[in-house]
Amino acid sequence: MTIGVVVFPGSNCDRDVRWATEGCLGMKTRFLWHETTDLGGLDSIVLPGGFSYGDYLRCGAIARFAPLMSSLIDFVKSGGKVLGICNGFQILTEIGLLPGALTRNQKLNFICRDVSLKVTSSRTNWLNGYNHGEHISLPIAHGEGRFQCSLNTLNQLKENDSIALQYTDGNPNGSIENIAGITNSEGNIFGLMPHPERACDSMTGGIDGKRILEALIGTN
Amino acid sequence: MIESPLFAVDYDVPLALSEEGLKETDYSEICRRLNRAPNRTELGMFGVMWSEHCCYRNSRSLLKGFPTSGPRILVGPGENAGVVDLGNGQRLAFKIESHNHPSALEPFQGAATGVGGILRDIFTMGARPIALLNALRFGPLEIESNIGLIQGVVAGIAHYGNCVGVPTVGGEVSFDKSYSGNPLVNAMSLGLMETDEIVCSGAKGVGYPVIYVGSTTGRDGMGGASFASAELTKSSLDDRPAVQVGDPFLEKGLIEACLEAFKSGDVIAAQDMGAAGLTCSCSEMAAKGGLGIELDLDLVPARESGMTPYEFLLSESQERMLFIVKPNHEKKVMDRFTRWGLNAAVVGRVLKDNVVRVLHKGKIVANLPASALAEDTPVNFHELMQDIPDNIKDHWDWDESQLPKASTEGIVPINGELSDKQISWNKILLKMLDNPTIASKAWVYRQYDYQVQGNTIISPGLADAAIIRLRPQQEYISTSLNNRGIAAVVDCPNRWVYLDPERGGLAAVAEAARNLSCVGAKPLAVTDNLNFSSPEDPIGYWKLALACRGISKACTTLETPVTGGNVSLYNETRLLDGSIQPIHPTPVIGMVGLIEDLNKICSQAWLSEGDQVLLLGVPFDNELNLDSRVSLSASSYLEYIHDLITGRPPEVDLALEVKIQTFLRKAIRQGLVSSAHDVSDGGLAVSLAESCISSSMGVNIDLPVNDLRVDRLLFAEGGARIIISISPEKHAMFYSLLNEFNSELTDPISTISIGHVNSTSKLMIKQAESIFINLSISELDEKFNYALSRRIDKDQLVDDFQGTIN
Repeated sequence: MTIGVVVFPGSNCDRDVRWATEGCLGMKTRFLWHETTDLGGLDSIVLPGGFSYGDYLRCGAIARFAPLMSSLIDFVKSGGKVLGICNGFQILTEIGLLPGALTRNQKLNFICRDVSLKVTSSRTNWLNGYNHGEHISLPIAHGEGRFQCSLNTLNQLKENDSIALQYTDGNPNGSIENIAGITNSEGNIFGLMPHPERACDSMTGGIDGKRILEALIGTN
Repeated sequence: MIESPLFAVDYDVPLALSEEGLKETDYSEICRRLNRAPNRTELGMFGVMWSEHCCYRNSRSLLKGFPTSGPRILVGPGENAGVVDLGNGQRLAFKIESHNHPSALEPFQGAATGVGGILRDIFTMGARPIALLNALRFGPLEIESNIGLIQGVVAGIAHYGNCVGVPTVGGEVSFDKSYSGNPLVNAMSLGLMETDEIVCSGAKGVGYPVIYVGSTTGRDGMGGASFASAELTKSSLDDRPAVQVGDPFLEKGLIEACLEAFKSGDVIAAQDMGAAGLTCSCSEMAAKGGLGIELDLDLVPARESGMTPYEFLLSESQERMLFIVKPNHEKKVMDRFTRWGLNAAVVGRVLKDNVVRVLHKGKIVANLPASALAEDTPVNFHELMQDIPDNIKDHWDWDESQLPKASTEGIVPINGELSDKQISWNKILLKMLDNPTIASKAWVYRQYDYQVQGNTIISPGLADAAIIRLRPQQEYISTSLNNRGIAAVVDCPNRWVYLDPERGGLAAVAEAARNLSCVGAKPLAVTDNLNFSSPEDPIGYWKLALACRGISKACTTLETPVTGGNVSLYNETRLLDGSIQPIHPTPVIGMVGLIEDLNKICSQAWLSEGDQVLLLGVPFDNELNLDSRVSLSASSYLEYIHDLITGRPPEVDLALEVKIQTFLRKAIRQGLVSSAHDVSDGGLAVSLAESCISSSMGVNIDLPVNDLRVDRLLFAEGGARIIISISPEKHAMFYSLLNEFNSELTDPISTISIGHVNSTSKLMIKQAESIFINLSISELDEKFNYALSRRIDKDQLVDDFQGTIN
């Protein structure tokens, strides 16, 4: 059971994810340089937070052309699990593996703080570790985390039970329907703006993120 | 030798000297050292290397007084950053640097590149940056342009620090009208060494290749160092090309590639290109190594065509470094950089002779003894005035008897807005909490990623110092090392320094150490950023000299040597009426401290209902025998309530600081303290309010009966004071430790029990039957947490997220 963490130039949460999965949760993890196309032997892949390729043009817009990406699409098609955190979520929407788009926060400033979230879907095993409707706390740290999509897409997301996490107790970035994280219709891809890897180590704060990362090695 | 344009003195000397900020005496000294006249390019090189920014020509004799060595100091002043030994094989590099002048003109890029520059100083040594802090000063937010400045500076710091993936974990922000038009932006960085050997900058190995890595060289940032060493005027806006543009994405790759290259052992020496770019890096490397460097500009990766040698040599394009590498390892080193999408090129070689020789289009365009440029640089002699300046003396004449009578209900302010009627202590406290200098800085730090790297132990705003776990970034197994931490703080009581530079300098160091002790960290070492006005003004120089004297004394007594820092002079603005407005002298002290056990630390937040609240430090005095170590003189209360910046700051008792701080650290280490918070801006009442706001728990304070003025009781500053809380179960052990500690002292430390933490959600301060303060935490919170957003985002709805603290 091995987890792969993609390293783009400009990724900056790659080591944090590995510290959480390997250091805190004891799950075998290796880094995947953005130029590699060999995704053999992996159970799941994490696209970590950061500023891939400097987030030039638009967040995630250049990362979608990385050599690794075509292999990632094959990996997804064969049912492999992919978790996109923050910039990773932005990349997944850019490449079309998840619907919608992440735009500049409504109040424009970058925001770093803990937020309250509600677990709103138990369809996939990504959030099986939580009770449906459970309130959890995770940190956010982004300037462009406002989830936006068409009304059609929104209805589709609702129909598919794909809205996985919603902000409660205030909407930090102006996301539609307070959306903080979504899954694809097949359920093997999960993208979210909050950072579960920053909530796995009791020494630095809460541990509500553990159960999301633990789901990297479960089956769907 | 190739025919050279070296001897072409085809320029107007007086004009060129004024462009380069050099004096006529400098010019004769240059001619004497070279035995000829410099050409225009060479003169430019001298201009930047002999500026205050690069060679401390005004301050060097004062900096000599700082203690710079100690058992833990591995690298002191002179290298890119200081390095201290943390034990257990861990070493910490740290340094502070200013970017004041660029930020005044272009706040976003000025602040961003300030962050980029200080990070390069750290990783050039072989250390991975693990934290950033910053000390910021702005003019009042009532002036529209200052709002633009704070927005730009904070966004610039956020842009760079967040993208490069280094957490911004702490800092300080304050406001005074003297900073209007000349804000201060000081950035500090800490890094954990990853290489076995500390990477130094001195050239080694005659014939060894010189490699240039990072970004390309362009015309941006021309002559930034000379520009940073001159006063700001309206026409300074024309100097905007002297402000560089940063790219944190390139810097992130540069960090990774540099650390990989250093660990391979292929790099012999490294120097980042900051102020004065190629000129400075070549001459520093040559001078420090006692060798020479030949640099061929045709090989330097350029972003524009047609650049002249002068432009190449003085460009301050960001994200560039110069290496000397082992022969035949050039390709291996360069491949590491190209893999990260960075430029890398062999641009020269190490020479036996101690010269900096520059080639351009096959000709020698500069040929200067490295030592002439970088060593024995000229010193501006300033006479230290012996008398205290008159206007300072006038301030010192002020005493508390000049205040109106204070009743148990309140006071009539002298120059305040409501000068005809008494305002209550409740209202006064709320007004203090609403002052931007005292208020929560959540508006600022929420824009910084303070968590990336996963080692931030305490979120900003919750403790007196930032704490970072010392976990190596490239190890993914939990070890005992993961239980150690480093605490860091930046501090400067600029009002005190303005009113008494020596006491202010003492207090800056004492308070930084006190802040570290309050979280349980042992202070180790200092990096200082001296922000002052022109030293050519005798009073300006007097302030600089006395502040340095205070810092030296305090650093010696507190055993925190200075390992380096930065000097920023000429921080003054020419006002419309032609007069010069100097900034408050602002010697910012950056201090780091070690925490051996992260399970034994303290925040400022109350922990449990029923905990006893104690005041450590100078106890309450009485009217007939006022203690000169505690005072309303120079206090925040005087400024924010009575509109007076006056009085002599209280005496700083370093011996008492040492005792109190040592005891507190012992008590925290033994797990006997629930919370600790020092009494600083705003005195006792503000400190108590902050502990209530941080914890959402109330406190009932019952002050001992005495004949002191109520405002002195509530708002006096000074006295090495710290408020701690202890749980009833730890009571006996705490007092037994205290008695044991005091038994060895001729002058025991004072602890006064002043109240208890409770569940009322109220801050209550009384004395016998008189209630001075009775406020709900939500009232305190509303003032404290929204003070900045109310002034900055005034046309927007107040963000309901700003108010809650994690």
